[in-house]
Amino acid sequence: MTLYVTGTSPRTRVAIDNLNRICKQELEGRYELEIVDVLEHPQRAEDERILATPTLIKQLPPPLRRVIGDLSDKDKVLLGLEVRPGSSSSSNGA
Amino acid sequence: MTSPNHPAVEKLRTGISSLDIIAKGGLPKNRTTLISGTAGSGKTVFAVHFLAAGIELGEPGVFVTFEEAASDVRENMKSFGWDLAKWEEEGKLTFVDASPDPLVDTVEAGEFDLGALIARIQNAVKKVNATRVSVDSLGAVFSQFEDQAMVRGELFRIASALKGMGVTAVLTAERTDDHGPVARFGVEEFIADNVMILRNALEDETRRRTIEILKFRGCDHQKGEYPFTIIPDGGVIVIPLSAMQLSMKSSSVRISSGNKELDDMCGGGFFRDSVTLVSGATGTGKTLTVAQFLQGGAANGEKCLLLAFEESRDQLVRNATGWGFDFEKMERDGLLRVVCDYPDLSGLEDWLVTIQGIITEFGPQRVALDSLSALENVGTLKAFREFVIGLTSFIKHREITGMFTATTGTLMGGDSITESNISTLTDSIILLRYVEMFGDVKRGLTVLKMRGSAHDKAIREFTISKDGMHVGRPFGNVTGILSGAPMHVSPGDVERVWSTYDKLVDRRRPPEAASGA
Repeated sequence: MTLYVTGTSPRTRVAIDNLNRICKQELEGRYELEIVDVLEHPQRAEDERILATPTLIKQLPPPLRRVIGDLSDKDKVLLGLEVRPGSSSSSNGA
Repeated sequence: MTSPNHPAVEKLRTGISSLDIIAKGGLPKNRTTLISGTAGSGKTVFAVHFLAAGIELGEPGVFVTFEEAASDVRENMKSFGWDLAKWEEEGKLTFVDASPDPLVDTVEAGEFDLGALIARIQNAVKKVNATRVSVDSLGAVFSQFEDQAMVRGELFRIASALKGMGVTAVLTAERTDDHGPVARFGVEEFIADNVMILRNALEDETRRRTIEILKFRGCDHQKGEYPFTIIPDGGVIVIPLSAMQLSMKSSSVRISSGNKELDDMCGGGFFRDSVTLVSGATGTGKTLTVAQFLQGGAANGEKCLLLAFEESRDQLVRNATGWGFDFEKMERDGLLRVVCDYPDLSGLEDWLVTIQGIITEFGPQRVALDSLSALENVGTLKAFREFVIGLTSFIKHREITGMFTATTGTLMGGDSITESNISTLTDSIILLRYVEMFGDVKRGLTVLKMRGSAHDKAIREFTISKDGMHVGRPFGNVTGILSGAPMHVSPGDVERVWSTYDKLVDRRRPPEAASGA
């Protein structure tokens, strides 16, 4: 997964915190995460045609999925990533 | 406004020459200009033309597309002669493709901003060292995201970021109605410093494009709607009527109408930069007058252009031969060009641009148009007037002598819509009329108006033979020709009327002047 953010804005921090928490709860050990600052690497945003920040892109496993926003809505993040809640986690009504 | 403490806003010459005229120098530099219009009003073409014209002036540009994919824009703009892909290779243009990607599902989970987009635009501007940016279109951003309030806020941020980059930007926006709110989402006009409106209104079953500068913050511009057209290989062409009227010159050089007797009636011929309207019913000899005018030019070694909207080339050549004029030889000598076309093929704005193009390329000294009446129904009356104003001032500006014909609706007398609408725009008017006398139809000719010159006021009989037009004696004893009800008057009556008139005039004059006359 790649998370595109702009600089070190509060929203960037919220998104990173949210993502880390979700990954820890639901995807323990089953993911690789890269964080890209579009201010430093605008060309990468161009190549991926990203408009909004933060944007989370899941490349693998297919299909390609995008989630935009600060990832504060955990249900929507999981829905967007098409990841079944992990067995270790509590029940998660869709 | 222009005092040293408050310098006027600097303008950026767009390179769309006719736009620069109505914008009084160009778009305000380093500012954002909103181009709002309904679907099909030409916003995207305008946005691309703005960049294309810049590239021709050596100013690179960035095209931010929210609606059409970059590949579609590249493809669609080829018909205007703009090779975007080539400019991209040469580093003069770059795209920021922000069009929706149908293959990627996007879920919104929480708050976000368009920081990545701004970073991409900044990156693109830096990459080609751009001075111009076009954004097409703002409305399409709203459809890509659910959070409309966020989009509003972010558009403001994009506009101020564009200013920060030191570029002059054109932002397009949709509106739902040609005469309704400025733009669909109600915020677009506040985002930009300046607002221009493109209209594509349906009037009398014809489309009429106009452009209006609604506001230019802190600087001057021409007001009101101006017709414009979009043509292949040309893009957006504005027709700035007010600018045309200002630059007219005036010549006192006389040229021949191609007929000695008609020249005499006009006080020695037409003025070099004058436009003459020849009006008459069908078959009275309008095309003959035109052919004669062209022959007269060619005989002097002048290049002549004939725009024929009523007859085919073959018909024209055959008729001219019948009057003793060899059009084909004139064409071979490079002195004549005949352009025949159906008037309905394109709108009047397009005709004006096309005709201007032909005149610029061919460089004639004489232009004849046969007939204006054929163009009358192509557009609205307003568009027709604008066409005539545009053409008249264009040819006058180049010191070209013009001759237009107008067909009257009725055989006897009467006037035409063409005539009544444009008579004030022409310098001279020649009327051709049928005159019915004792079971015979004769032809009459009179010079009704000749700006800046004395002329023969008589209505003269003329005949047409195999060597052209022959102007003869005045209809001395016929009255009511112009009104379409000619009446023969016996010579005795004519004598009596004139002597009464003379007596009346004499009575009014001071005694010494009367005796001198």
